[in-house]
Amino acid sequence: MHLLDNESVAAGTRSAALAQASSVPGIPVAQPPSMDHLDELEAQSIYILREAFARLKKLALLWSLGKDSNVMIWLARKAFFGRVPFPALHVDTGKKFPEMYAFRDRFGKEWDLDLRVEPCPPIDAVDPTLPPAARSAARKTEGLKWALNKYGFDGLIAGIRRDEEATRAKERVFSPRGLEGEWDVRDQPPEFWDHFNASPPQGAHLRIHPILHWTEADIWAYTKREGIPIIPLYLAKDGKRYRSLGDQDITNPVASTASNIDEILAELDATKIPERAGRALDHETEDAFERLRVAGYL
Amino acid sequence: MNMILPTASISATPNGTTRPQVRIVIVGHVDHGKSTLVGRLLHETGSLPDGKLEMLKAVSARRGMPFEWSFLLDALQTERDQGITIDTTQIRFRTRSRDVVLIDAPGHAEFLRNMITGASQADGAVLIIDALEGVRSQTRRHGYLLHLLGVKQVAVVVNKMDRVDFSAARFNEISEEISAHLIGLGVTPTAVVPISARDGDGVAEHTPRIEWYKGPTVVEALDALEPAKPLAELPLRLPVQAIYKFDDRRIVAGRVESGSLKAGDEIVIMPTGKIAKIKTVESWPVTPVGGPQGAGRSVGITLDRELFLERGDIIGHSGQSPRDTRRIRARIFWLHDKPLTKGEQILIRLGTKESRATVVAIEKAIDPGALSNEENSAIARNHVGEIDISLAQPVATDPYTDNPRTGRLVIEVNGRIAGGGLVLSVDAGRPAVPIDIVPVESALRPDERSARYHHNGAVIWLTGLPGSGKSTLARALERRLFSNGGSPILLDGDTFRAGLNSDLGFSPQDRTENIRRLAEVATHLARNGHIAIVAAVSPSAADRAAARRIADSAFREIYVATPAEVCETRDPKGHYAKARAGALQGFTGIGNDYQPPAGNELTIDTSNRSVSDATDEIERMLATTGILFDELTDLAANI
Repeated sequence: MHLLDNESVAAGTRSAALAQASSVPGIPVAQPPSMDHLDELEAQSIYILREAFARLKKLALLWSLGKDSNVMIWLARKAFFGRVPFPALHVDTGKKFPEMYAFRDRFGKEWDLDLRVEPCPPIDAVDPTLPPAARSAARKTEGLKWALNKYGFDGLIAGIRRDEEATRAKERVFSPRGLEGEWDVRDQPPEFWDHFNASPPQGAHLRIHPILHWTEADIWAYTKREGIPIIPLYLAKDGKRYRSLGDQDITNPVASTASNIDEILAELDATKIPERAGRALDHETEDAFERLRVAGYL
Repeated sequence: MNMILPTASISATPNGTTRPQVRIVIVGHVDHGKSTLVGRLLHETGSLPDGKLEMLKAVSARRGMPFEWSFLLDALQTERDQGITIDTTQIRFRTRSRDVVLIDAPGHAEFLRNMITGASQADGAVLIIDALEGVRSQTRRHGYLLHLLGVKQVAVVVNKMDRVDFSAARFNEISEEISAHLIGLGVTPTAVVPISARDGDGVAEHTPRIEWYKGPTVVEALDALEPAKPLAELPLRLPVQAIYKFDDRRIVAGRVESGSLKAGDEIVIMPTGKIAKIKTVESWPVTPVGGPQGAGRSVGITLDRELFLERGDIIGHSGQSPRDTRRIRARIFWLHDKPLTKGEQILIRLGTKESRATVVAIEKAIDPGALSNEENSAIARNHVGEIDISLAQPVATDPYTDNPRTGRLVIEVNGRIAGGGLVLSVDAGRPAVPIDIVPVESALRPDERSARYHHNGAVIWLTGLPGSGKSTLARALERRLFSNGGSPILLDGDTFRAGLNSDLGFSPQDRTENIRRLAEVATHLARNGHIAIVAAVSPSAADRAAARRIADSAFREIYVATPAEVCETRDPKGHYAKARAGALQGFTGIGNDYQPPAGNELTIDTSNRSVSDATDEIERMLATTGILFDELTDLAANI
């Protein structure tokens, strides 16, 4: 998925000749501004979003209201010149923080999103063999399945990142799901050179991951650069802040004094604690998270 | 409730984003120690999360097995059980001057597709070899694939030196063998490093046990690999991803793969060769933007004139445009279970272009893991080869030596990527007989036609059981569109079977070909501004999906979902009666499964509504999906 290529060395001789033939000697040619790391990430994500829009028929973007999916909406607005041309789907467990609902209600309007809020089934409807937090999170998987059936989406854009969690590191950018939404990690199709497998079998769907290659620090640096609004729970209050936002009952704040994005970035630079440390479901058993993901969790 | 709205400001990028980032893939034969090296590197560079090492050591102890460095990577339960790395995992750490993203790729031949997925993202590679086992098949295969994937910076590490008593002679032997192999592929190793990943020798420091070695350690070798550079020096290549008409702007969107562009540039659109000027470079939230946009940027441009262009076209500067061709020679790797053979129908993706194609010749077929080359008529799974491809439509491309970004392709089989490779040359292996296909373009532009007809071209595909009312609806729609000044043309499946398709029967293959021809003819009409109305049972979902691919964005599928029992009562052609009497084999509706559509634009049940009511609904669908329009501003919209 890299933007650039090593072949330039091999191709150099020929291309230099071409470039020279085209420029008039003595007249300086304006050079395009060089791209920094965030520019490269942004360009790549926009490319992925546009590919998804071109190749799938019925897309939705999963808006969890967190920092990652807010960046994703911002990138979609860049990709499509100010509008998000597909619904923003919030699969609502009903247990989010009040600040998150307020954020959704305000920016759903301000960003002119086609917002669809879909509920999750009650906890009793979920696999009772899962440990408590994973079981609670699995409601979201069920809610997602309901929404998929209701609307018939063939592509779901999700804001997961490789650096978040080991099983997510194994994801493809276009990731096929089975008829029940399940993920077959052992039989993922090859994906290279920004060519994506975009033909889900009838009745199945694809997950599209436009920010898979971003890191937590990238998200914050970009949020700051672009002036993307955030939920204040991410900033420290009384010595604690949330690094990752989920359901109220299974998300815990981490110790922090970071009261603005620069301080968050400085903190991330120093820390060795993983981002999802505050997510209870990641720590219940060795394989709880993987079991969730195989079943269709994000 | 207060929201935080940070003001956008340009400040120094934070730590971690200013240092050069380099992506490195670790490849090599299974069990030669890739994951162990990665685990050791993480430890040596102080990159492990607090407690991770202790946690894994505890898990190992609990399971009664000795701790291995590779456990750090094998995060998935299933993997630990099998003891091999299944998929590509990405790990980040820092060296003195670089941020390194390490891509661990599986060595097992079964998972070559994952190795390719990982390696294709890399700026450089580390090829690991077991000192005891030496160069093995997968070592050679990975070396070959690095070359095909365009990864030119390769550092070799000879691992498990502890197993050969740190013998300099053994090291030199392996070093010479692998260097010769790689140089033969046009890849010169940047370093060959003797190490013991398990004990740490040669990874981050020189130890007395390898005192005879004076070259760089692994960390130093990684530090020397360069991030890839954008292809700024090459001529402009902007493959078109889409044309957006969200408002009164008609924006051509894509990513600059090489060169740069700016407003005012004179451009040529390939493969059609049409000329235009860039009017503006569009952006968001600020638009338009001035100044040049360089390689790697995702951009949107508007043109100074309204002309037809589509996804898959490539925009270049006049005088430096890519080639247009229907014939390509490519060097490819093949990942599909079924070998690639001469005559095979495949789907080619070149940038954003998609084209059906035929393999007209297989020039070479090689197992890159074996020492000797085999000559074969087919390219087996995990093998490589050179093939000539004939494309169903002209495409724009470059030989990869001219432009590595636009000079590569992937091959799709049944909607799944099955291989990929480099464009060696265009127009290769053209038959000596001087018959060639030279498509003659229409003298009229699409916008001239749509100005007259008040609609864009379209393929309206009516599918449903025999007797469901397709032909009746098609005829009503034809009359309606014509009355409104449009140019509808009815393509009836049975009529075609009497003529153009009279050589076809009702086997699945013949049905597929029947649909393909209908779709090709209909698409040709649509491209020339007409509305082709196809009425065909078309029972196979796969065939209809193929028709949609041919007609692309012009395709509108209508499922005429009249219940089967109603269809049988109607039986306008007497087919049901015959089939019931056993005189008609393979008749869809009774003996043959009809697969109802899923992603169709419209569903109509004619058992409970009038023809004119149904026609109204089709018209509304055509209006809301951009086929019918009243306003002049829409004239230039693409089909």
